[in-house]
Amino acid sequence: MSELSLKELAKKPDLLCPGARLCAGCDEAIIVRLVLKATRGPTIVTNATGCLEVATSSFPYTAWDVPWIHSAFENTAATASGIEAAIKAMKKRKEGPLSTFEKIDVLAFAGDGGTYDIGFQALSGAIERGHDFTYVLLDNEAYMNTGIQRSGATPFTASTTTSPAGKVISGKMETKKPIDEIIIAHGLPYFATLNAAWPLDVVKKTRKSIEIEGPTFLHAIVPCSRGWRYPAEKTIEISRLAVQTCVFPLYEVNYQNGRPIYKLSSPSLSIAKRPESKRPIEDYLKSQGRFNHLFRPEKNVKLLEQIQESVNLKWEILLDKCGF
Amino acid sequence: MGLNGDEAVAYAIKQVNPDVVAAYPITPQTIIVEKFSEYVANGLVDSEFVAVESEHSALSACVGASASGARAYTATAANGLALMWEILYIASGMRQPIVMSVVNRALSGPLNIHNDHSDSMGARDSGWIQIYCENSQEVYDSHIIAWRIAEDLNVQLPIMVCFDGFTISHTMENVYTLNDDIIKAFIGKRTFPKVSGHLGETELRLNPSCPITMGAMDLQDYYFEHKVQQHEALQMALKVITSTENEFSKYSGRNYGLVQGYKMEDAEVALIGIGSAMGTSKYVVNQLRTQGIKAGLIKIRTYRPFPKEALIEAIGDCSTIGIIEKTLSFGTTGGPLYQDIKSALYDYNKKPTIVGFVHGLGGRDTSPENLIQTYQKLIKIKDKNERISTLQYIGLRE
Repeated sequence: MSELSLKELAKKPDLLCPGARLCAGCDEAIIVRLVLKATRGPTIVTNATGCLEVATSSFPYTAWDVPWIHSAFENTAATASGIEAAIKAMKKRKEGPLSTFEKIDVLAFAGDGGTYDIGFQALSGAIERGHDFTYVLLDNEAYMNTGIQRSGATPFTASTTTSPAGKVISGKMETKKPIDEIIIAHGLPYFATLNAAWPLDVVKKTRKSIEIEGPTFLHAIVPCSRGWRYPAEKTIEISRLAVQTCVFPLYEVNYQNGRPIYKLSSPSLSIAKRPESKRPIEDYLKSQGRFNHLFRPEKNVKLLEQIQESVNLKWEILLDKCGF
Repeated sequence: MGLNGDEAVAYAIKQVNPDVVAAYPITPQTIIVEKFSEYVANGLVDSEFVAVESEHSALSACVGASASGARAYTATAANGLALMWEILYIASGMRQPIVMSVVNRALSGPLNIHNDHSDSMGARDSGWIQIYCENSQEVYDSHIIAWRIAEDLNVQLPIMVCFDGFTISHTMENVYTLNDDIIKAFIGKRTFPKVSGHLGETELRLNPSCPITMGAMDLQDYYFEHKVQQHEALQMALKVITSTENEFSKYSGRNYGLVQGYKMEDAEVALIGIGSAMGTSKYVVNQLRTQGIKAGLIKIRTYRPFPKEALIEAIGDCSTIGIIEKTLSFGTTGGPLYQDIKSALYDYNKKPTIVGFVHGLGGRDTSPENLIQTYQKLIKIKDKNERISTLQYIGLRE
């Protein structure tokens, strides 16, 4: 994987080109560029409706130097199924340009709304059918493109425009849907979490997921300056805090002999080895305006304790799975 | 060979052998997917069969496959078509020549699995070509012709081949099939229009050698023009349907026409309609003719694009016309056929009397007696020189 060194990757042209209309500090652009850096050759991309799609494809302009298709919001995985089936059919029949490539990789990008909520059925179906594609979940924890409405991915207490923190309700009162566990339960060959603060980890996991036959899933946490309410230059810092506080651990799952094998990636592994290095969730929460109400006018100790306990519990469960 | 409508579809699609078939089962379409699955299991086709988890995904997978250059096919009915709604417009807006069978069934609610046209009639403005068939033979032929029409470079639009649930889908009829070789030669290879991508001119398909962006965001400055292009392409399909049918008739000896007039030359009263009821209506016309009644019939086969000129020609000098259709357009003056036909005739000097009839909702049988009564009603209207603008019902319990 020497071609995946930072030095070599820097030489590889960006397939998501400059000039796209994403916000300053948008983490989606960083993750997508890194994912595309990890492609091994001919690739077809399908994209759900959302920030990434609208900001990169305003006709007659495009930011994509790969064959790219957007169809609708909830059907990214189904569209990918069709593309993959077409590739298979053409190769079998040795017909058309797609049959001339030894391998064409299919990548699907969708946000949390398009994955946890409206696109969930199509995604589950496509994984169950075993199509050979890599699904990249760009999780910014709300419907950002439509103006920061809560989704199934929005964390407990986060304030959004449809779960606003008010005088009696402190933001979203439901917890984040455990999408990782749900996806892993499908028994797919590879699953991993991604964080732009560790770019090489993103690239290596992406390459691995592309090389593995069958459906693979990458869950990227993508802080959103507008929706999470923090200064644009803090994106990577906050992204890093998500791992350091263990609210979004970095790990991967392979199925071997029908069993899911969980493995912590090095940033989370080092916390597992040195538990004292795990930072309090408050560090993460107080850096973002969407959690302001937990600290002002006075600190909501009860809710903060509840959040910390929930992070601890989920981290412990993951450690168990990883053999700690 | 003896085939019911669904089997005739499956057999035609087996002969076409599309690259990708993505479908989800729904009554009364199920026999199509079951039969096709058998063909796949027995190696009689090498299509990629994607047994999707919903109709929404069925059509979405077809869009993805078709955009990748594949020939893509799906089939549905009623609620399944309703679930596809969003993607209907995306398929036509992206100019993907997908072929879809719609085995017409009443839309819920309340739940009903039997035939009417409320499903596909609702999709009449979705930018798809719509052809309605009268019997299994027409169903078979249409599923072959459809590919050539949809893929024509001047058209490049998806097509729905519609036929009545149970009445056609589950009724065994004698169907003349053509040899595989003839079908293969007639269908040929899919052709692609040229577009200008960011790397220069290329074919409209996803291809890593010359990447293009498909399904881009298209706002105030271009959307309008793109929609008008789509409208013009759909209008273009009228010519293409006729020329394709003419070519097909050389092999099959069968040519249906955009609309089909039956004993219209001297008809004084006529019915206009679509689907399997047209067969019954022909039988009734024959009966009435033996009684000296100058009855005629016009079957509309191509409904979208709307064949205005052909329809006017078929009407000729007939003065009193009843439109019979299996769709209620709630809260309007009549069903969609009635409205389309009336508006088509507005600028026509000879203005026949037109009466709208709705029949057969939810699979209610329309018997020859019902139709004889309808013709008699028309004769009365003609003799009294009446104008009836309220919607009439056939076979509705009082």
